[in-house]
Amino acid sequence: MKFFWISLFEGVLLPLSSVLAGLLLFGIFAAFGGFDPLKVWTLLFMGAFGDAFSLQNSLQRAAPLILTALCVAIPAQAGLIVIGGEGALAVGGLACATLPYLFTLPGGVIGSFCVLLASVFAGAAWIALVGVLRQYRGVNETISSLLMGYIAINLFKFLVEDVLKDPLSLNKPSTRPLEGSIQIGNILDFDVHWGLVWGIMLCLISFVWLYLSTNGFATRLVGGNSRAAKLVGIPVNRLTIMACALGGGCAGLAGGIQVAAVHTAANASLIEGLGYTGILVSFVARHQPLAILPVAILLGGFAAAGSMLQRHLSMPDASVQVLLGFVLVITLASEAARGRLGLLIQTRAVKP
Amino acid sequence: MNLDILSDILLAIMGGAIRVGTPFLFVSLGECITEKSGRINLGLEGVLVFSAMAGFAGSLWSGLPWVGVLVASLAGAFLGALHGILCSLPRVNDIAVGIGLMLLGTGLAFYFGKPLIQPQAAQLSNISLGFWSDSSKVVQALNINPLFPVGVSLALSLNWAFKNTRWGLNLRMVGDSATAALAIGASVAKERILSTCYGGLIAGIGGASLSLYYPGSWNEGLSSGQGLMAVALVIYARWNPLNCLYAALVFGGAGAIGPALQSVGFSKGYNLFNAIPYALTLLILILTCAPNRTIKGSPSELSVAK
Repeated sequence: MKFFWISLFEGVLLPLSSVLAGLLLFGIFAAFGGFDPLKVWTLLFMGAFGDAFSLQNSLQRAAPLILTALCVAIPAQAGLIVIGGEGALAVGGLACATLPYLFTLPGGVIGSFCVLLASVFAGAAWIALVGVLRQYRGVNETISSLLMGYIAINLFKFLVEDVLKDPLSLNKPSTRPLEGSIQIGNILDFDVHWGLVWGIMLCLISFVWLYLSTNGFATRLVGGNSRAAKLVGIPVNRLTIMACALGGGCAGLAGGIQVAAVHTAANASLIEGLGYTGILVSFVARHQPLAILPVAILLGGFAAAGSMLQRHLSMPDASVQVLLGFVLVITLASEAARGRLGLLIQTRAVKP
Repeated sequence: MNLDILSDILLAIMGGAIRVGTPFLFVSLGECITEKSGRINLGLEGVLVFSAMAGFAGSLWSGLPWVGVLVASLAGAFLGALHGILCSLPRVNDIAVGIGLMLLGTGLAFYFGKPLIQPQAAQLSNISLGFWSDSSKVVQALNINPLFPVGVSLALSLNWAFKNTRWGLNLRMVGDSATAALAIGASVAKERILSTCYGGLIAGIGGASLSLYYPGSWNEGLSSGQGLMAVALVIYARWNPLNCLYAALVFGGAGAIGPALQSVGFSKGYNLFNAIPYALTLLILILTCAPNRTIKGSPSELSVAK
């Protein structure tokens, strides 16, 4: 029990101090560029969580990040580093926008449900393929998922700009917009769409599945040691591919939600790097579904505050990208400090 | 008439193979050194973008393109060394750090590269090998990147050095069996840090080729996955520098199909042709990899090949 508390404490403390170290480093970096670090930090937090407007904006941005982070986290629990969430997101968004071309959809909630389901299946199939290639052909999943991401993005552009293009979308090639009643609206009176609820729900479901079900336990066992899992008769291939499909489904849903709630049609604005930020969120959250929620809101908030830095201090718009890069690299390097804390407390307890 | 168009396309693809393939060549050679030492650096994508920016800036401020190449390779070496050092810490995963550097490298490049989008820096000048022909298209195709011969000689000398020098033997030993290296008193961590640093240095030259020759400007869409494809390409090349050269040319050719078709007025489905290199890489990976056995020639300490 004591070890549980130590590891929980460590699990919270390490990523938190990594984020703080990233912020500190970014402040120093900004100071070298002639910007006042104190102003930079204040703006980052005010822009993210300063008032109701920016808080809602941060939550709005966090919604797809939660889902794309799950696309990294769930396969990671099965031992795979899948970083092609951007591709699954593009495919999901495409499926969502294409479904009305193929069928006449009922309006209202049922219609929204249909387009979102299509995006889930498209994303799931896309990342499941990565799992299949890895299990049956031995292709490294990190490389193949990223390559498939580029293929998906080009395919997306081809279909949106050449095949499915709505003749009415003149300066920005798009598909036909979704019918008004199918689009996803905001939660009650808040300026946040229902995608956030989907994200929170899926995080909870993934947690329950991974930590409280036999199936999820077996999946984590595969992640821990797939050879041992195979020896005790666990269907390693099936579980791995399922984990990929579930993760891909989440990223696909992110694409569907972005189309149905934000852009209303599939176009190039969908490809804005949400999949890549999702990788970051998942790594900082150490691939724990419940930790993804606060991390996504925090990092989504920083991403939202980027425009503040640009407007008030005229810093380059890639500043936030640098900050997030620092945070990720420091988080990864902080793995080296893991386990030291438990050792420290333990030796102290033993001494009289 | 049709034959004419076909030969034009073929010529453009062959010229493009060298033009587009040169960055592939450098990145894959760099990655080859790193992977021979038993580590994989996925961050070369970030290295490529960052060094392209640095090379462009170096050329812009000095007015000398070759200074730009030097700056680019130093920038690449810096990021490579960062990867090497971080991965030498205990329990730090090299693939994950690679992803981190990919994001950090592009972020830094976009940050510092903001004022470089407008101006035009001094470019590397062509080497014309087409003087014997009177067809302008042949001359055009044989105007080659001055960095290409550098890359070819680098591939040849690396191929020789891996087999015949003390450095090459040490490198391969560290990559094939860290325990054996420890037994004879070699420092595994030092060797790997150095080889990742060299890898970044060479990949940085590839970045300079992007910003100082073709496409020859700095913008945020300069590299889209070339660095990553080069990593996959090393697997296809079986960790052999000479095969890296052939593979880079094949991939360069595949990347040139889209622009070549566009140059003869075939623009429908342009994005689909852009996907060809990625699809080709994936196909090659599917064909060359196999479960339950390691790929022939792979360094046995490499996590990707395990």
